Amino acid sequence: MARALINAPAKAKRGEVIEIKTLISHVMETGFRPDGTGKPVPRDIISEFICKYNGEEIFRAELFPAIAANPFLTFFTVASESGTLSFEWTGDNGFTASESVNITVE
Amino acid sequence: MTRPTAAVFMLATLGAAAAAADIPLAERKSGYDFMARETRAMQDDDTVNPATFWVLDGETVWRRKEGSAGKSCADCHGDARTGMKGVAARYPAFNAARGRPVDLEQRINICRTEQQRATPLAFEGKELLALTAYIGEQSRGMPIDIADDARVRPFLEAGRAMFTERQGQLNLSCAQCHDDNWGQKLAGAPIPQGHPTGYPLYRLEWQMLGSLQRRLRNCLFGMRAVSYPYGASELVDLELYLMWRARGMPVETPAVRP
Repeated sequence: MARALINAPAKAKRGEVIEIKTLISHVMETGFRPDGTGKPVPRDIISEFICKYNGEEIFRAELFPAIAANPFLTFFTVASESGTLSFEWTGDNGFTASESVNITVE
Repeated sequence: MTRPTAAVFMLATLGAAAAAADIPLAERKSGYDFMARETRAMQDDDTVNPATFWVLDGETVWRRKEGSAGKSCADCHGDARTGMKGVAARYPAFNAARGRPVDLEQRINICRTEQQRATPLAFEGKELLALTAYIGEQSRGMPIDIADDARVRPFLEAGRAMFTERQGQLNLSCAQCHDDNWGQKLAGAPIPQGHPTGYPLYRLEWQMLGSLQRRLRNCLFGMRAVSYPYGASELVDLELYLMWRARGMPVETPAVRP
């Protein structure tokens, strides 16, 4: 299971713009690098990231081989209501990871 | 006619000797000071620093029972946050049984073989890096404090010799870059002073965590010099000298570097 780190405020004022930072451990092997014998190492990357706010999609990203290992994505949203921010990463070789954090909006 | 030439030569030699002097203590800078704002931001926030993954893994290894003795690190040392505070700032340190200084990675493997009765962890392997990063983080912000006593002296001098003597096909010494030309550019990248304040660290070029020995082997390879194997006494002596040279500077482990 990949480790993921989320940095989002636990509390926010209604209507406030909040920053959400996400970091996940992944090798992001490009598929273009040769191994010790000269054969290319098979591609192994995260290809998609989705963030949902109380079930509604608010941010989506496609990832490609040129993205560095341990992808770090940061984005903004408006704190509209209390609830859950959920994060989902999917990729090659059936890779999936998910994480969620709670937010209280006052 | 030969006399003035000799005098000029003497002056030139003296000039070179002056340039090769140690960096004054107050003028020392961490590699952090040479980094771009974005790279500094990565190191400053644990939720943005990818090295945090190794620290978290290290905590797991710290608590896991290992070897035929069935002991974990925590069984002897307790909570690393108190028991390991300041330890990484003192390594490499003299080991009486081995009669020479050992670095933190070697110290961990001594514990594994002698206390836990387990197989030693491979250098540059995920688990040894994780454990070193976890132990190193407990000293973050503390000044580097290498014991400079009679037992350590000869190894410190060997490390200094390795740092100042020319080696390799390029006939370069470490000091020519890191004492004499720090702040200048080498292939577009700033030359730092070479203080190992943040190891093991996350190097963007490596896309992963790496030890000080990996960095030293990297430099030696670039100088077309003998690249000693991991754990070689020559590398430990050099680590010792570099940590002594950075004495008093705060530990940044786990740092981020480009």
